[in-house]
Amino acid sequence: MTTPEEKFQALIDAEEKVEPPDWMPEGYRKNLIRQIAQHAHSEIIGMQPEGNWISRAPTLHRKAILMAKVQDEAGHGLYLYSAAETLGVKRDEMQELLHQGKHKYSSIFNYPTLSWADMGAIGWLVDGAAITNQVMLTRCSYGPYARAMVRICKEESFHQRQGYEILIRLCQGTSEQKEMAQDALDRWWWPSLMMFGPHDSESTHTEQSMEWKIKRVSNDDLRQQFVDMTVPQAEYLGLEIPDPELRWNPERGHYDFGEIDWEEFWRVVKGNGPMNRERLEHKVRAWEEGTWVREAAAAHAAKKAARAA
Amino acid sequence: MTYEVPVAPGESADIEETTGSEREGWPLWEVFVRARRGISHVHIGSLHAADPESALQNARDVYTRRGEGVSVWVVPSEQVYAFEPEAAADYVEANEKVYRLATAYDIPDEVGQM
Ligand SMILES: [Fe+2]
Ligand SMILES: [Fe+2]
Repeated sequence: MTTPEEKFQALIDAEEKVEPPDWMPEGYRKNLIRQIAQHAHSEIIGMQPEGNWISRAPTLHRKAILMAKVQDEAGHGLYLYSAAETLGVKRDEMQELLHQGKHKYSSIFNYPTLSWADMGAIGWLVDGAAITNQVMLTRCSYGPYARAMVRICKEESFHQRQGYEILIRLCQGTSEQKEMAQDALDRWWWPSLMMFGPHDSESTHTEQSMEWKIKRVSNDDLRQQFVDMTVPQAEYLGLEIPDPELRWNPERGHYDFGEIDWEEFWRVVKGNGPMNRERLEHKVRAWEEGTWVREAAAAHAAKKAARAA
Repeated sequence: MTYEVPVAPGESADIEETTGSEREGWPLWEVFVRARRGISHVHIGSLHAADPESALQNARDVYTRRGEGVSVWVVPSEQVYAFEPEAAADYVEANEKVYRLATAYDIPDEVGQM
């Protein structure tokens, strides 16, 4: 007799997808809920840093692009809440847990967007880092999550390219504009590397996540992939990556790079980054100010249903 | 990792799944999209909306921002019926009658394409 656990692992080892309402180990379900909910919350909170610049975009064209991108991020959040709901958590409950500070979102969105060049740096680096991770997640063992990732990856490519194009324009512009681009890279480089998480040696749960094929590539490997991909792109722009230890290592066939400031890393994770408080306050305010809309829509629906009856 | 938050040393990896107040919000709808004429609608995800009209509008905005569809259906999730998990397993395992497959029959090559 095979146990349900063995059957489950055999399915995963055979590269089959787990689909709701399949039986799954409680740890697998919990692990996924945590990851998908945090991912969804990150997409939703992630609208704020860029939303900050919609009204100040330099041209109507850039404004339309930025609005489309921010709308995509809302969509990403919704695909992911939809995936999380297949595991038995309710969307409104996840929202409320986020508002209560019990659910977290990615630290990267706790940094401020100080100039227009940040719109370029975010698309290029932050969406770029997200793509590196999300491409791996399209092969995740949980069907609804993997499918959401396929949709998201298609859209992220637009995000990264529009960001990089903003920087190309700035780097071809006046010296002041190029300085703006350099300043944005200086501020976003390290937080982007932090997005990949702690070193593999420090990272708890990685082994189990790998065995369940929720995660398929380790934090350090993904970070290395990202650095290798990004350095030539910075060179093309003529910008300098703010890391004196960065250099090509022909023996490894990879770029070597300096150590992340882990003190800053944990400080932001624990809620003490530059924008943690403001981001959450804004989210809660938006939810509260939308109460009348939700109530009106529900009342309208009830009235129409009563008329039809 | 990227959009997942690392567990700080000394913190629990467990995440809360409910506030205890069982917030429901708007009803849940399943969304089906026909990518182009000539093929069927395919399930693409779900969303919350107060009524069918707003469910359709939300489905359009959430799932078809780039010409992914020429037609959308929304169906209340509670109206979708499926086998219970155990019955679903039996259902899949019952696909063992190979004599129902064309490949189960040897036709001599001389006969040609059949
Ligand atoms: Fe996104
Ligand atoms: Fe994005």
